Parts: sequence; structure tokens; C-alpha cells
Amino acid sequence: MSLADLTIAEAARRLEEGEIASTELTEAVLERATMTEARLHCYLTIDREGALESAAASDERRSKGQAMGPLDGIPVALKDNMCTRGIETTAASQLLSGYVPPYDAHVVERLRAAGAVIVGKTNLDEFAMGSSTENSAYGPTRNPWDTDRVPGGSSGGSAATVAAGSALGSFGSDTGGSIRQPAALCGVVGVKPTYGRVSRYGLIAFASSLDQIGPMARTVDDARLLLEGVWGHDPRDATSYSGEYPSLAPALDQGVEGMKIGVVRELSGDGYEKAVDAAVEAAIERLARAGAEVVEVSIPTVEVALSAYYLIAPAEASANLARFDGVRYGNRVDGETTEDMMARTRAAGFGPEPKRRILLGTYALSAGYYDAFYGKAQQVRTQLIHEFRAAYEKADVLVSPTSPTVAFELGARVDDPLAMYLSDVCTLPCNLTGDPAMSVPIGVDDAGLPIGMQVMAPALGEERMFAVAAELERLAGFEARPPLGDA
Amino acid sequence: MTWEPVIGIETHVQLKTESKMFCGCAVAFGEEPNTNVCPVCLGLPGALPVTNGRAIEWITAIGLALDCRISSTSVFHRKNYFYADLPKNYQISQYDIPVCHDGHLDVDVDGETIRVRIERAHMEEDTGKSQHVGDGGRIHQAQATLLDFNRSGVPLVEIVSRPDIHSAAQARAYAQELRAVVAELGVSDARMEEGSIRFDANVSIRPAGTSELGTKVEIKNMNSFRSLERAIDYEIGRQIAALERGKRLVQETRHWDEEAGITHTMRVKEGSSDYRYFTEPDLPPLALDAEWVEKVAATIPELPAARRSRYAEAGLDPQIAAVLSAAEPELRQLYEEAVASGADPAAAANWVTGEVTAGLRRLERSPEEAFLTGQVIAELVGMVAAGELSSSAAKEVLSGVMEGEGRPAEVAEKRDLLQISDSAELEGMVAAVLDENADAVERYRSGEAKVIGFLVGQVMKASGGKADPKLVNELLRRNLES
Repeated sequence: MSLADLTIAEAARRLEEGEIASTELTEAVLERATMTEARLHCYLTIDREGALESAAASDERRSKGQAMGPLDGIPVALKDNMCTRGIETTAASQLLSGYVPPYDAHVVERLRAAGAVIVGKTNLDEFAMGSSTENSAYGPTRNPWDTDRVPGGSSGGSAATVAAGSALGSFGSDTGGSIRQPAALCGVVGVKPTYGRVSRYGLIAFASSLDQIGPMARTVDDARLLLEGVWGHDPRDATSYSGEYPSLAPALDQGVEGMKIGVVRELSGDGYEKAVDAAVEAAIERLARAGAEVVEVSIPTVEVALSAYYLIAPAEASANLARFDGVRYGNRVDGETTEDMMARTRAAGFGPEPKRRILLGTYALSAGYYDAFYGKAQQVRTQLIHEFRAAYEKADVLVSPTSPTVAFELGARVDDPLAMYLSDVCTLPCNLTGDPAMSVPIGVDDAGLPIGMQVMAPALGEERMFAVAAELERLAGFEARPPLGDA
Repeated sequence: MTWEPVIGIETHVQLKTESKMFCGCAVAFGEEPNTNVCPVCLGLPGALPVTNGRAIEWITAIGLALDCRISSTSVFHRKNYFYADLPKNYQISQYDIPVCHDGHLDVDVDGETIRVRIERAHMEEDTGKSQHVGDGGRIHQAQATLLDFNRSGVPLVEIVSRPDIHSAAQARAYAQELRAVVAELGVSDARMEEGSIRFDANVSIRPAGTSELGTKVEIKNMNSFRSLERAIDYEIGRQIAALERGKRLVQETRHWDEEAGITHTMRVKEGSSDYRYFTEPDLPPLALDAEWVEKVAATIPELPAARRSRYAEAGLDPQIAAVLSAAEPELRQLYEEAVASGADPAAAANWVTGEVTAGLRRLERSPEEAFLTGQVIAELVGMVAAGELSSSAAKEVLSGVMEGEGRPAEVAEKRDLLQISDSAELEGMVAAVLDENADAVERYRSGEAKVIGFLVGQVMKASGGKADPKLVNELLRRNLES
């Protein structure tokens, strides 16, 4: 087994014991990337030199007894919509090719301060808009389990790299399911924390009221280590949560005895693959046998959450993406006048999906349409929050499939935006409510493709969410690894 | 037909907070372009705004000074439009729930007081500055546009009046009063010529006696109170002339050309522009509870209107009261202390706004550097009232004091400026002058009253200019008429 296949917890232990060096570990990961990248294309940028320097620095610290914690020397990857000082950051857009930010995002600062080794920047759907990573201006990422299939999205690169071993863990951003859905499709753990618990400072915004950064890893414990490494109050993000941040470790051994697990009735059945529903049902039964009380809950507004989401997210995106005008940065296309330059820059720089969403959002906010669209969507959002709150009166956590389907084939939904949007039907409600949710692999279908289960909790309920996720992981015994093949 | 102008004023006030509205960059003027910038005020990808608490405190103070109601919860909105000097291509502003709303400002103009209602005062961020270079700097022929983002993100308070103003003179008085309030609060440099306070006017006209509003024209680019008044006057005239020629007015924004003294079309509004306002998701709503508002209220100093009426009640001429009220705080303090030391308020105000102000300006000194205190002014005023100093001698004493020669009594003594106001001493001089000028005495007695001036002059001459002319006059009359 290559060191690249270690969990973070195990790698941290071996580093701590002096059994391995970060340089070795990082080299193994880079070697794995060399082997898999041509096939998978997880990365947009690999910072080989920077990674090896960080690893050497980590080893140096450790030799002096100054290691900084469990992430010191651990190779991780970052979705390419998080700003990294000195490392190109493109959000998978042509418009930002060559853009090198002058500052680090909050998560990057935290990771560097924790001694983590940043391997590179992973592929995504342009500006995180999509569910398959096919909307990248630099070509798609492929699913390590079946390279004819998508890894999900938009954090597809971050999911695939963890599955393939070209990083031990990674960070993605989740606006409507962009961490959880690719995690499910790639057979890894993906966490969207409570809105506000990880600073968005330095994350290229898609929809500010929905965006949240979170970890992707091979185990629940690894996801916990990564999350604890970056969460916390940040005064530079006015929506950052300033209260307590508990240690999540104790929750992992807590079990589900006596817990109430709510099954969301609306998130199964029509439109859900049989194998997915069946795997989720089996996992729920295992939880019941482990002592949890299973109850059914109904959240009727979930049925229209998708419509609300596709008004609110594009509306915010239409403003967030306005800054990409070629005036101060990005690839400018000259024009007759300043306005003409801006228009040409945007026409050439944005791919079809960002354009579609900018148009949708602009329309939804326009005078005369605002009340019917954006205004109505906000009402749905409020209603959804009420219904989730009521559901949490009946259950400690809620569960559902993470995605209605397993990984689909490349190209299958590219020409059908609505079908693509439906990929997020289970995940986007928690972005609208701001509540935490995560995906845990619970098995594979007949073709051997991974299936993920979503665990949702009320705001700030990460402890109980991790408790259930850890139990699900133990009970599922999911240890399958994707076939790596030859390059 | 008689026309009635209807005018509303939109005022932008740049706050002089230490840092910008949503980032830590310094608020500073006249520095090298693009030196006070950061990812936030440049709108770099991933940057987020954080609200400047001091700015919120200050807009609340402005609102309270204008008798506004303060929203207990106030919300930021994004105002979307593309412009090269607007880094995010949206401006963080406020829409339906501004910090302040429904206030008023009372304005004195031509001896009457009008009340201008304030619709709202909201918080927003300033844009950067564009400079068009090549071919005369006009945007259409420019070869390049240079951008400076030092101003980007500077806190701006926009104060919107109701259309309660009906003449250019009223508009000017409103603007001056508003500027005085803002300056008093110390929240802005409030300099029109530097753009730290900017007034745009919405002008329309309607037949006198009707209530429907006419087509509104917004005029911009007035950088002094005088040009504000001129521009509005011009615009009123232009609109009347157009309507009387049977033309239709269009809703538009017009640019005031100071040199030519005219307004010209800047842009015509096609329908109402759509800024697609929506709640700023990066900023939680502001919670301004009553207790906090009370704390801000406690920091508000005496405002110009209150001060003017206090001065007027103390017996100051309204003109002087206005001048003193608008004077530098150290001059007002000099006045207050002089009165506290027993000086007659009207006399003290005259001295402070007149000779003292002029003298300090000439010497380029502060009152303290010129040895002026309230007691000194009170002493000077007292000596004049007691007839110990003539007004011209008092001026000389003052300048001696300001040169550091001592207190007024000492200076008067040293410079030999004390008036002879001892009747006994003057009686002799009066008798001598009457003796020597028998013909003048004759002329006076035969009804030529103005001859007394000549006689007073003779006595003054005899006294070496030190006689109290009032007393001399009195003694002469008594002698002539006995």
C-alpha cells in the first residue's frame, strides 16, 4: 500500500511516531497524482515545489519537537475557488486563467498555520456552478470509480482526488450540494458545516448566503480533523459565527443509542434510483438495530426548494460575478469603449452555465419580476426553515440519500440543465436553511458505484451529525477503494 | 402664468472615519493614486465587507441631529450597475430600511423659517474616481481612463430631502444649514470644493397653486453654495422658458457648467433605471437598539440653530449671531467665556466676530497664541462701556494685547490711551474753546446746530484726542444752552 492511501489520522500518527516523514508522504501523493492525473484530471494546478517545501519545513519543525498539530505535514488539496497567495486561482473560468491572488483565503491561512501541505488546486464547475465538474473551462474531471462517469460537482476535483489518493484530504465549497453530492458519487465523506462556521473570506463567491466551505476525506474522523483545522470565528467575514466551537472527537464514539433519526419522506421514491433508496433503507435499519429510534418526518416545502434555490442562487451570483469585468484583473478583451470592453470580456470569459445563471438571476431581480420570483423564493426559504425547525422537534438528525442517483455518465446531463439541477434536490435544502449536513459512503450499487447517505442536523448541531455519521460508517463497513488502473 | 419651483436636495456626506466603510484602509485625501487599497475595496475575488461601527454611530448622530427616526433594524442592499470605478459593479447601499428616516431641518431664509422634511438618510460606500485622459478629458473622446480606488469604499451618508424647497435661495440656505450641522457633529470635513459634501438638486416647476409635480430634472456638479444657487436659478428659468414656449421637459440628469453658467444634458433617463436592489447577503442586518441610540444622542453637541437662538436671546443682532455661530469653536469659546466673565453679550460678540477675528487672521495666530482669554475680552468691553476707552483706542489696546504687551488696562496705560472722562478736567477745555470761538457759538445759538461738531473737534484737539467725545458733546451743549 502506498502512503498516499493512508487516512489522515493514520498518517498523522505515523508522522508523530517518526515512522514516516512528510516529505515521503508528500512525494507519494505527488507520485500518485503523476499516475492518475492524465486519466482523472483532478487538479488545475499542482504546486509540486511549494508542497515539497512545506513538507520539508514540516519535517524540520517536527525534528525540533515543534510540530503544530494533527494536520502538520498532511498533504491536502483545495478547490480552485479559494484564493491562494502566489498560486494561480481560476475558479475553472477562462476569465481568470493566469490570475494569481495577492492574498490567502482564511482557510488557506489556517491550513498553512497548521502546517498542512497544499498539494494544489482542484478542478470544479466554473465558479462552482454545476453538479458534474463538466462545466470547467479546463475540461472535466473523471470519476475514479469509472472514468466514463462524472465525479459529481461542483467540487468534483476535490472529491476525486481524495478517492484517488492524490491528496489525503481536501476542501470544497457547497452552495447547493457541491461538497456532499461529489463526495457521494466518489465514495468519500463530505461535510457542509453550519453556515458561518467556516469563514468565506477568500472564497470566490457564487451565492453568498448559501456558500459554505467544508472538508472532504476518506473517513468521518479525517473530515473532523480537517474541519477542526479551519473552522472558527473570523472577523473578516461578517457572517462568521462568533460563539463556541466544540471539539467533535468525543461525538465520534458516542453511537446512536436513544437518538431519534428522522427519515425525510419527500426525499425518496420517484426519480430516485432503486439501488440508492435500497442502500439508504438498509443503512437506516442498521441504525435502528444499533439503538436509534427511526421516525418519518415530512418537509413538504422540500418539493419547491429547488425552484427557490434556482432563483436565489442565480440572483446572488448575478451580482457576485459582476466584478469580473476585465477592469482590474482577469483576461481583458479590448473594446471601443469601457462598456464595450466589459461586455466583450464577459462574453468571452464566462462559459455557458455562468451566463445562464447570470441571466436567470438578473431576470429574477428585475423590476416587475422581483416579487414574483426573488421575493417569492425568499418566502419559500423562510417556510423551509420553519418546517425544518419543526422536523427537529421530532428528530435529532434527519437522513436522506445524498444524491438521487449514483455517478452518471459524462455528457448525460450536459444538454439538459434541469436534469443536472435535479442532482442537488436532496442537498440544497440545507443550504437554504443554513443547517449542517454531510454525506457518508454507505455502499455500492450493482455496478460497484458508490452510494452516499446524507445526515442533516439543526444549526450548530455538528456534534450529533458526526455521531450519526461515524456510526453509519462503522455499520456500513465501507472500505472499497476505486480501481486505480494504469495511466 | 406664475410658476412655482419645487426642489428636493440629495446630499452626499463623506464621513471622516479613520478607516473605510467595509475594510481597514485609511480614509485619506490627496494621496498617490491606489495607495489606500486592499482586496475588499478593490473588489478582488473572495474579499468580503465588514461594517465600520463608527460610521454607523455617525450616521445615527446625523439622523438624530435632523430629528429623524432611527430604524431599530437596518439592512444593507446591493445596488447593481456597471461602472469602471465601481469595483464590484454593485454598490453596497441601503434601500427600504435606511438607518434614519422621517426627520426635518428648519432653515432661516430672508427672515422667515421654513421646515424642510428629511425623507431618509442612508449609509453607503463611495466609488473610485475616473480620470479620462487624452482629447480634452471628455469621456467620449478620451484615449484612456485612469482609475484611482483610494476613494472606493469611503463611508458616504446620503441625505434625501422632501421637495419642500421653493427657491434657489431656500435651497442654498438648506444646504448651508445642513453643512453646518454636519460640520458641528465633526463627522465630516464637509468641504464642498473638495467634494466631501456634495449637493444634487431635483428641480421641477408647476403652475403656482397647483399640487401636481412637474417633470423632474436632476442637476449635478455644483461645487460651491453660490454655484448651487446659480444652477438652480438657471434651471428654473430654463424650465419656465421651455414650458412657456410650449415645449415638453424630459426627465434627465443635467450637468452644471460653472464657467458658462448653464446646465446641459448629461443623461436622459429612459424609464426608471433598474438597480435590481436586493439584500446584501454578506452583511447581517444592523441592530440599533434604543439604549445604543441614547448613547449616540448623548454625544451630540449644541447644534447651530439652537446656538443661534440662544445668542439671539442673549441680545445679539441676528446677523452677528449667525456669524458667531458659524465661527471657529475657539472663537465661540472666547465669546462664551467673556460673557461668563461679565461682558455684555452683544458687545463681546461684536468684538469677537469683528476686530478679534480680523486681528487673529492678520497675525495667523490662535486666540491663545495672541494672549486672548474671555477675561481679557470682558475687561476690554468693560473699559469701553465705562468710557475709559474710545472705540478707536480700544482697537489699539486690543492689538497691543495681541502683541503680548499685557492686559487691556496695562496696555491702555502704557500707550497712554485712556480717555479723559473726568468732567472737571474737561470743563476748563470746553470753556477755553467757547471763548476762542465766539462766532461759532453765535452761529449755534442762531440755530446752526451742526456747528457743535466743529466745537467738539476743537475740544478733542485740545485734549490731544483723549477726551471722551460723548462727554465733551454733553458739556458743550450744557454750556451753549445755558
